[in-house]
Amino acid sequence: MSTEKIRMTYREGLRQGLRDALRKDANVFLMGEDVGRYGGSYAVSREFLAEFGPDRVRDTPLSESAFVGAGIGAALGGARPIVEIMTVNFSLLALDQIINNAASLLHMSGGQFNVPLVIRIGTGAGRQLAAQHSHSFEGWYAHIPGIRILAPATVEDARGMIAAALLEPNPVLIFEHVMLLSMEAEVEERPPHVDIDFAKVRREGEDLSLITYGGSLPKALEAAEILEKSGVSAEVLDLRTLRPLDDASIQKTIQKTGRGVIIDEGWRSGSLSSEISARISEQAFSVLKAPIVRICTKEVPIPYPRHLEEAALPSVKEIVDAGLNLMGKNVRI
Amino acid sequence: MNTDVQGLKFYREMLKIRRFEERSAELYGEMKIRGFLHLSVGQEAIAVGVMPALHQEDSVVSAYREHGHAIARGVPLESIMAEMFGKAGGCSHGHGGSMHLFHKPSRFYGGSAIVGGGLPIATGLALAEKMKWKETVSACFFGEGAMAEGVFHESMNLAALWKLPVLFLCENNGYAMGTSIDRELSRTDLVQKAKSYGVAAIQVDGMDVLSVAKEAKQAADYVRSGEGPFFMEFKTYRFRAHSMYDPELYRSKTEVDVWKKRDPLLHLEQKLKESGVFTDDNRIQMERDVDSEIEAAVQFAEASSLEPVEDLMKNVMRERGRSEY
Repeated sequence: MSTEKIRMTYREGLRQGLRDALRKDANVFLMGEDVGRYGGSYAVSREFLAEFGPDRVRDTPLSESAFVGAGIGAALGGARPIVEIMTVNFSLLALDQIINNAASLLHMSGGQFNVPLVIRIGTGAGRQLAAQHSHSFEGWYAHIPGIRILAPATVEDARGMIAAALLEPNPVLIFEHVMLLSMEAEVEERPPHVDIDFAKVRREGEDLSLITYGGSLPKALEAAEILEKSGVSAEVLDLRTLRPLDDASIQKTIQKTGRGVIIDEGWRSGSLSSEISARISEQAFSVLKAPIVRICTKEVPIPYPRHLEEAALPSVKEIVDAGLNLMGKNVRI
Repeated sequence: MNTDVQGLKFYREMLKIRRFEERSAELYGEMKIRGFLHLSVGQEAIAVGVMPALHQEDSVVSAYREHGHAIARGVPLESIMAEMFGKAGGCSHGHGGSMHLFHKPSRFYGGSAIVGGGLPIATGLALAEKMKWKETVSACFFGEGAMAEGVFHESMNLAALWKLPVLFLCENNGYAMGTSIDRELSRTDLVQKAKSYGVAAIQVDGMDVLSVAKEAKQAADYVRSGEGPFFMEFKTYRFRAHSMYDPELYRSKTEVDVWKKRDPLLHLEQKLKESGVFTDDNRIQMERDVDSEIEAAVQFAEASSLEPVEDLMKNVMRERGRSEY
């Protein structure tokens, strides 16, 4: 095995993962708005059209419901479609197909029809795209039985999750955070197998657990560095798969530290953070040294101006303050 | 096939659907069947006329008034009845009920109760087939009510744009539940709507099974030859209520009676009698045969077991590495 390390961006990771999948299996094809000639709205599929041709890199009309539904039909028909939805807000136009068909068909048909469909969705705020391009609905989708939800937060996961998703016989939604696209990291030249069943501890710690996923992971890691300087040792758990949740890893870190801060870019009410908090109370109540803290997006549609957008989103400062507070360092928040 | 032989076969098939639907209504009254139950009495000629045009490897997508489609497609009668009883012997293991009949061996993809929801699925099935260079047809049944849904227009556009082998089969029974077509669509010329997408389209008398069969054959051949999608509008009428909860406040008895004079079974019976190949005795015998077939299905459904509660969570997600049912 080659252990050569190379540097690449999250965007390049996504691109490589997709390209490898298309090269490996002629049954795999990509479709979505502007994935072909334009090269993908976030340039993830640039040059794919030339390599794979218009049959396998399909530009679709602006018809989310039809092309997601067609992805479901194609998957039922034995193809291996990867559907790209430009941004999470647009996925709402295909919600009927995702929930009423993709997620329900296997059970509703008594186990006859599984839907091996991968849907990639750009998610998250931070680019001043305002209230119709910036939301985080992955927590919502994680509410639904019958689909798997992935949230790559590292370059390695961005690159490897496509291959892992294609091994699933069920619908898989991959939420790619748009603020991570330019993030760079060192990865092995030959992509290792990425396991999508487990959460991952990204940083070991003793005093408290920062539990997060997707675009909030870099914030949690930065906060952990700062906390370290104040003598607080924070463990950072990256959930990676939002459905099904890796309960065991969540419980393990809480058993270890007894304190938890959940950072979730979704809105707080009825969120993924609520679910995680509830599970911790159900399963680890006796080891908790303090109430669980949640840091979520403020409950407003994401505003356009930078200062308001920043104020709406979970911040490193909030995480640090919450950590210090939990450790009795008397911070006003 | 000789027209008379074909006619007799069609008559029997339509009769089977008619009697099956009527028996289902009784069983609903006996609380054996629950949930929503949508009967296709009056519309039998479409299912029966279209199916012979389709091959075994073609796929069929339907909506929630689909018992007739399933029967005509060859989904075993007893498994349809057991499905409505919510039993393990049902074609969807009792998980779907009346509105969600699925049957993989027949490539019968349901059974969608979201109006228009099956249209893009059929489009995608056609896409997969086309990418494999197969000359198959993806047939999709829906009502004229679906033509007010955005996804109808999205699917027509996509199928036409990519020249996909989809046979769009619109059963225009004049009512989207209780809303008549002129109260729902700004333009009621459905063929024109399809043509505006560049899709070949015709209107067919949906009460005449022989016309349905003839036109469907031509349309399916067109689609199969790679010409792209085809849209068929079948003018038809639903003789019974929308569902079992419908007091039918939206239409007059006179209107129903006028349409009943065009009953597809009566229509064909007259034709066959004129040809001298069918008598009242033949009909009575056929009714007996069909009824005993249906009774056998009811017995099967009665005797079938319930899915064990322990299996409730089965089939939410398929286990990895297991691709086949």
